[in-house]
Formats: sequence, C-alpha cells, structure tokens
Amino acid sequence: MSKKFLSGDEAFAYGIRLARPDVISAYPITPQTVVVEKLSDFVEDGSLKSNFIHVESEHSALSCAMGVSAAGARAFTATSSQGLLYMAECLVYASGGRFPIVMMNANRSTALPWNIYGDQRDSLALLDSGWIQSYAQDGQEALDMALMSYYIAEHKKVQTPFMVNLDGFVLTHTYEVVDVPEQAQADEFLPSFETENKFDFESPKNLAFSAGPETNTFFKVKEHLGLLNASAVISEAEERFAKIFGRKYSGLTENYKTEDADYIILTLGSVSGLIRQAVDELRDEGLKAGLVRIRYMRPFPVSEISAAVKNAKALAVLEKDVSFGAEGTVYTNVNSALKKNALEIPSKNFIGGLGGKDISLREIKDIFLKLKDVSEGQKLSDVNFLGVDVKGE
Amino acid sequence: MITAKNLNEEEFFYGHKACAGCGGSLAVRIALKVLGEKAVAVLPAGCMSAVGFNYPQLCFSNNAIISTFAGTASMMTGVLAGLRARGITDAQVVGFAGDGGTADIGIQALSGAIDRNDDVLYICYDNEAYMNTGIQKSSLTPFGARTTTTPAGNNIRGNIRPKKNVFEIIAAHDIPYAATATVGYLQDYINKVEKASKIRGTKFIHVIAPCPTGWGVKTDETVDVAKEIVDTGLWYLAEYENGEFTLNHKPESFSSVENYLKRQARFRHLTDDDIQAITAGRDSKWEHILKFWNVKK
Ligand SMILES: Cc1ncc(C[n+]2csc(CCOP(=O)(O)OP(=O)(O)O)c2C)c(N)n1
Ligand code: SF4
Repeated sequence: MSKKFLSGDEAFAYGIRLARPDVISAYPITPQTVVVEKLSDFVEDGSLKSNFIHVESEHSALSCAMGVSAAGARAFTATSSQGLLYMAECLVYASGGRFPIVMMNANRSTALPWNIYGDQRDSLALLDSGWIQSYAQDGQEALDMALMSYYIAEHKKVQTPFMVNLDGFVLTHTYEVVDVPEQAQADEFLPSFETENKFDFESPKNLAFSAGPETNTFFKVKEHLGLLNASAVISEAEERFAKIFGRKYSGLTENYKTEDADYIILTLGSVSGLIRQAVDELRDEGLKAGLVRIRYMRPFPVSEISAAVKNAKALAVLEKDVSFGAEGTVYTNVNSALKKNALEIPSKNFIGGLGGKDISLREIKDIFLKLKDVSEGQKLSDVNFLGVDVKGE
Repeated sequence: MITAKNLNEEEFFYGHKACAGCGGSLAVRIALKVLGEKAVAVLPAGCMSAVGFNYPQLCFSNNAIISTFAGTASMMTGVLAGLRARGITDAQVVGFAGDGGTADIGIQALSGAIDRNDDVLYICYDNEAYMNTGIQKSSLTPFGARTTTTPAGNNIRGNIRPKKNVFEIIAAHDIPYAATATVGYLQDYINKVEKASKIRGTKFIHVIAPCPTGWGVKTDETVDVAKEIVDTGLWYLAEYENGEFTLNHKPESFSSVENYLKRQARFRHLTDDDIQAITAGRDSKWEHILKFWNVKK
C-alpha cells in the first residue's frame, strides 16, 4: 500500500489498473478525460498491460466493450453526460446481453443549456437501463469501487454491467490523499475474468439473440434477478475487501448518526461530506440530525433505507436531478421504499446542484430546520429547488 | 483456391427464416463456407440477424452475435481485441451488415475500424434498401427505385438520389483491401472472400445481394438479376489494393439496362427518360473506370 495525492479521476484510474482490464475503449468528454488519459499513461509506461482502443464515439466505446466481453475478456470504458446519453442504446444492450462491463461515469449536467459541471441527471436518466449504479463519495471510495465493481459485476450470480458514478469536478478533479493498494493484494481480491457468456470454439454460441413474446419475460426476469442478487454479492465483496485491504464499506447505504435521528437527509455522492458536517454542527446545537448516503441506486436499498429512517420525524431527499414533470428520481424511489414498509414519515424533495451550482452548508442546515418545521405541522411543498426563485405561471 | 467444387460442405448458416431466394442469406452462407468454423460473425439489426437468431432457433453453427444497428464494426473491434486477449489469433472476425447498416447508420463505426486498421473482414450485403423494416430507402438505394418511403406516384417518382459510392468512400480510407462483388458471380465473390481472409488489417467487401421481396423479382431469379446488374454495367466487379483500383471483369458489351430495370417491380414505373438518365450515369462511371482504374483482361 502506498499513499498518493490524487484526483478522483486519477484514483479511479489506479483502481482500474489494479483490476487489469484486457481492453479499454473510450471517447473523451469532460470531466471524464483524466481517467482515460491516466490509463493511457499506464499503458504507455507498461504498468498496465491492456489494449487501449481509440474508438470514434461513445456508442462505439460500449459496443466495442460488449465485443470484448462476448469474446471472454475484461473490458473498461468511461464517459459522462452527453456521452452517456449517446451510448444509451448500448447500455440496455449490455445489460440485456449480461455483459459484465465496468464503466466510470463522471456525473455531469446534460444539455440544453450546455453545461460541463456536475449534476446527476445523466446517470439517473438511465437508472432503468439494467446496470448496477453506485455513487462514490471521495477519491478513496472511487479507487476501491473501481476494483470492487469488477468482482460484483462478474460474479456468476450477477453477470450485470456496472456503472460507477463520480461527481463531476467536485470528485473527479479534487485532489486528496488516497491509499493505493499493492497489485498482489488486488490480484488476491479479484479473480481473473470468467464468464460462460462468451464465444466458445468447442461448442459455438450465438449471443445477443432475439426473443419474442413467448420467451422475452424469462430473460428479463433473469436480468432483474441478477441485479437483485447483486445486494448479497456487494456485501460479500466488501467483506472480502475489508479482509485484504482493511477498509470497510457498508453495503447499499452508509448511515451517519441515524440511530436516534429525528431529521434525516438522504442523498447520493460527494455532497454527503458537507451534510455530515451539518449533522455534526446541528447536533452540537441540539438538533438530532442524520444522513443516509445512498451508495447504490441499483439495486435499490429498499430495506436498508427503511430500517435507517424508521424512527425519524421527517425526511429530506437532496438530489442533483429532476425527472421533469414529476419530481427528483431519488425521491420517487425513496418514497416507494417507505410505502412498501408502511412508514408514514413526511418526506420532502430538495433539488440542488444543477449544472454544478454549489450547495452550501447553510442550505443544508436550512433543510434540516425545515424538516423540523414540517414535523411540527408546517406546510412545505413536496419539491423544492435550492437557490432559485422561479414562480409558476 | 476455393471453388464451387471444393467448397465446404458443412453448413454454418442453417435453418434460418429468410424469404425464398434471399440474396443476402446466400452471401452470408457462401462467405462462412469459405471462412470456415473459426469465423466469428457479427451481424447488426437487419434481415440477416432477424432471420437467424430467433431464440431458441439459433441458426449459426459458428460463434455469432447480433450487434446494435450502428455497432457492427465497433463490436467487431471489441471481439477481435477480446479474442486476442485470450490468445486466440486464428479466428477471422467477420461482419455481415446490410446496406443501411453499412452506408448509413454504421458508417461512422466502420470508418473508425478502418482508421484503426483492425484486422477484421466487413461484408456489406447490399439489397439496396432497408428490407427488414419493410423496404424503405437507404443511401444505397439506386436512382429511380420505388421503396415504401420513396413511393412512385405522380409527384414523387421513386428515389431521386443516386446510390452512395460506398466502395470508393471506403477505399479513400486507404484500406488494405476493398472489393465489390455480386452473388451473381459467385466464384468472383468466393475468391474475394478467400483473398480478404488472408490479408492483415481491415478488409471490406461490398456484395450485391438481390432481395426478391423488395425488388419484385421471382424467387428463382436472384442469381440471374445479380449477374445482370454486372452485365448491364450498372455494377462492376472491382478491387482496391495498394492504393489502386482494379476492374476485375469487363463485359464485351453491355446488356440492356431497360430489360434489367423492367423485370423488377421497383423500377416498373420508370419512363424512357429515366432509363436514359440511368444509362448515361452508367456510361460516365465507366468512362472514369476505364480511364483511371487498372483493367484486368
Ligand atoms: C438504432 C436503430 N434504428 C432503427 C432500427 C430498425 N431497423 C432494424 S433493421 C433496419 C433496416 C436494416 O436495413 P439494412 O441494413 O439495409 O439491412 P436489411 O434489412 O436490408 O438486411 C432498421 C431500420 C434499429 N434496429 N436500430
Ligand atoms: S426481405 Fe429480402 S433481404 Fe430480407 S430475408 Fe427476405 S429476401 Fe432476404
């Protein structure tokens, strides 16, 4: 293990190097570029023995990765925003075809208006594409997820592609000290690529076929089960990871001071650090605040969320996206989890950080204070946009 | 040399649901016989994937995969890289894409693969329209042809644009090997597939593969019209290699363009003026060919 001062993108690249993908195919887009540049450097200096393929589009990046996987080798790609949307066709293809590809997505706003800064509308718009989706909070987790994602995606009970999300700039470009494990440890953690879903010259296979109305549901249910199975495999991977690297992760969610919390914010990704600070400061002032960081949006942590919030008086879902004409996507998912567990806790949606707008400590504290008001009977609209004052017509 | 006499007797594309007389399935079947069991086939959305991969009736007896419509060449790149990573170097990665999959939606990925000079063989079976979705115009639909999106009535009279020159667009990449062919001259096609399989780098074969359903010819006329298109001079058998174009076959004299067109329902509405325009287009193309290309005796 060595300590390095790395950006999130670089940390991720180190994690990918440890996972030894056979083939990397990628197309540049800010703020993803650094990860593939770093990987190119690793290939150049011989520290990573991968075939780096310069494809001509994101659609081709993932199409190529599927070919690699079908041939029985480990693939990596990375993208962001418009690039992710451009490869949307291939996303559903890869999950339907059960190709356990790993992709890093640098969360970035989607056009229009053009904007290169971080929000999470890109990945959340593709939540239903059949991929495992995780959201890292810092550089260390980014590196560790890069390695763990392969273990989980390739597990024979899962066989599902994996998208690791890093908040654009806030995480991809911020430098911090990161532990970089030894290759020998990584090799002990991650078995070499194995899949039955590949070409075979003894007994040839036809992959990615059509299945009509009679058989389609069968394959779709199998795909759904693969994602559900990922829950247990994530725990298994984390235990294994803790044994070898000594760092513990907490599964689909990470809870901070939720046991006795009256007011809880649920969120994704890097803004959690700030929320944790708000929780600490408010607790000093006597307000029982807590945080649930949703680490995985798919599989969705239904029971984990319900267990963490069940004694709270009011909840807020803070997210950097909106499903236009409805509400925040995370909010919808959280409410569904509450409903399934018969939890009648008032929950409010706070949407912020769109197009990279800063979310301040003050705004987060205000959310907690508003939750208190809500629990005491004050009215508040379900969906609230932070830092803007746009009135409906 | 592989000929009709010693062609592999094994079937690698067997039990598919193509229409009777389908030129595309003939092109796929013959190419796989030449390439043999080690070929790994990539097919995008289109007739050949639609008729061959209906679970549980999977019709390829070698390894094969459907790609996205736009992704034939990029998936081939990946398959090749994946096989190489596994140490498999003796498998020919071959793509079979329709004219739409090649000249329209897939041209970006194809251009990218050629640019990287990936060691794959890309075969475009050209039935001159989007057949699988019901005979719509593609950029390889010839001038005048009636399709369901270029209907022939009083206002529109079929497709008003000439066929995109995909062979020369591909050659302009300075690809190691590109060729045109037709299922009407099978030996020539077989030779080209065999030759291509022995060349390193990207190879492209553009093979005319008539579609009785879309062209409106009888199911037993496929091979005959596929010959006639060459005999009329409306298609030519050629190769591009080492920076040079070579014409492989020069008809002594051209057979009748009018007969070729009039036997196909898609051209039946054409007027004498249209036919003259098509003939004039042919003549200027041949003038160019004879002036600038090598001509094999
Ligand atoms: C992205 C996308 N757009 C459209 C389609 C619908 N589609 C399937 S096959 C096809 C036509 C294929 O035409 P061509 O490539 O010429 O092959 P052919 O059917 O003639 O064999 C189309 C438009 C698709 N599958 N994917
Ligand atoms: S529609 Fe044409 S190309 Fe498609 S299977 Fe039938 S004959 Fe072949």
